[in-house]
Amino acid sequence: MGAAQFVGWTNYVGEYGLFANPHNTEGFWAGDWGISIRNTFQFALVSVLLETLFGLGVAMLLNQQFKGRTLVRAAVLVPWAIPTIVSAKMWGWMLHDQFGVVNAILQGWGLIDAKIAWTAEPAWALWTVVAVDVWKTTPFMALLILAALQTLPSDCYEAAKVDGVHPLRVFWKVTLPLIRPALLVAVIFRLLDALRVFDLIYVLTSNNNSTMSMSGFVRREMVDNGYMGYGSAASTALFLIIGAATIVCMRLSRMKLSEDA
Amino acid sequence: MNTAVVSSRPRWGRIAIYLLAALVTLVSVFPFFYAISTSLKTGADLFSTSLVPASPTLRNYVELFTVAEQPFGRHIINSILVSVSVVALSIFLGVTAAYALGRISFKGRGLLLGTILSVSMFPQVAVLAGMFEMIRALGLYNRSLGLVLPYLIFTLPFTVWVLTTFMKQLPKELEEAAIMDGCGPARIIWEVFMPLLWPALVSTGLLAFIAAWNEFLFALTFVIDNNERTVPVSISLISGASKYEIPWGKIMAASVLVTLPLIGLVLAFQKKIVSGLTAGAVKG
Repeated sequence: MGAAQFVGWTNYVGEYGLFANPHNTEGFWAGDWGISIRNTFQFALVSVLLETLFGLGVAMLLNQQFKGRTLVRAAVLVPWAIPTIVSAKMWGWMLHDQFGVVNAILQGWGLIDAKIAWTAEPAWALWTVVAVDVWKTTPFMALLILAALQTLPSDCYEAAKVDGVHPLRVFWKVTLPLIRPALLVAVIFRLLDALRVFDLIYVLTSNNNSTMSMSGFVRREMVDNGYMGYGSAASTALFLIIGAATIVCMRLSRMKLSEDA
Repeated sequence: MNTAVVSSRPRWGRIAIYLLAALVTLVSVFPFFYAISTSLKTGADLFSTSLVPASPTLRNYVELFTVAEQPFGRHIINSILVSVSVVALSIFLGVTAAYALGRISFKGRGLLLGTILSVSMFPQVAVLAGMFEMIRALGLYNRSLGLVLPYLIFTLPFTVWVLTTFMKQLPKELEEAAIMDGCGPARIIWEVFMPLLWPALVSTGLLAFIAAWNEFLFALTFVIDNNERTVPVSISLISGASKYEIPWGKIMAASVLVTLPLIGLVLAFQKKIVSGLTAGAVKG
């Protein structure tokens, strides 16, 4: 490394900068940085949406009384307890194109004709990452939502029942508004977490272009390629993007909260 | 506590609940059982997808500890040392900080607490370059114990946050009585509050332990030496005799070894962990 030199905004908007790089002849979104931004947001939005829906479902299920409920609740915690790297490796093996159990099961049921390279095929890779992330973090969502559900007063439900209100309507009009604050906190937490995703993608799909996240891009530039300045510019941009996303989330949630008040 | 009444539910509704419960359980635990099963397979057995290994063997586990190029036992010890130090330090710093933030009123307290909490929203990778320089300047580069410092970045915010909210709820009289008896702040913290803080300490400690045990990005970047690695990096780097042969059996054996204690901890302290996770979300 030579002596450091101050280069102004070159790393952001210069000839080889992050933004306005004339060498990206196919446009910003075709460059690696553009792709990684798009991947990150696609990953974060879809996985958090699915986690919230599944988490809500699992929480509602665990809030019912049935035999073996504690057992199911313990089982639900297992994916959460598994380290991300381990779950990436486990799923990497289960989704193996030649010997993976997932392809074997799907083929056995006649759902797919040929074996699919889940983690390598660009069309599938990002959605595979989303699926594994959903598997791993749905328990977190479910637990937070369940805790909120268990604080709800039971008299609302008794009243609704006496009045013969349809359960779906009770869900929309009573349950959802009451757990919304907790739900929003959980969603924001998860969204911020998902926007900085790195390890799952790095291990599951070896950080190739079709799945690279912003964090993966920063690490590649900074550590693998040794472009400290460029990488730092990217990490600052990432920080600002996540900060902006946080502010938008906070604003949206506060607006929705004050609507009720 | 509110749970729907089952008895009034129609029969198909009850059946649906049990079917759903079975499905959720299966999806949750199947991958781990499959990993255990794979870890007991070697050779051609690996390529059959049956859940029960045809000829179960512990060879993968033995190999983990006998192959010199990848000292997995060493990596486990590194991980334990790092995680335990992280827990001890974040609890010590967390309790003292929580006492100041929760018990003493001073100017800018809210701002300070907000700043600490906002650190937890920081993307890890945004501090990578700065942390790298700092680690090198402190001579911690390439040492597993050097990871304790960066790990505090993400364990301290929630430890301080949860302990502060917990500390605020403790009765003021206790502290006043202690002051009347001539206790200084240190004795108040360690002898009056610590015994009451146990539940919060267990849950934050466990969460800090899990976070440190699982961390990957810093461990991958700040430690290059093969003997100093921690377990997650070690698993991601397990390789076979040739570049094209991935030893799935060994990888799964390592995964199972690393995960079993965690699953044990999580299941044993289920309630504590859930209350730690939800402390910020539901009350805050």
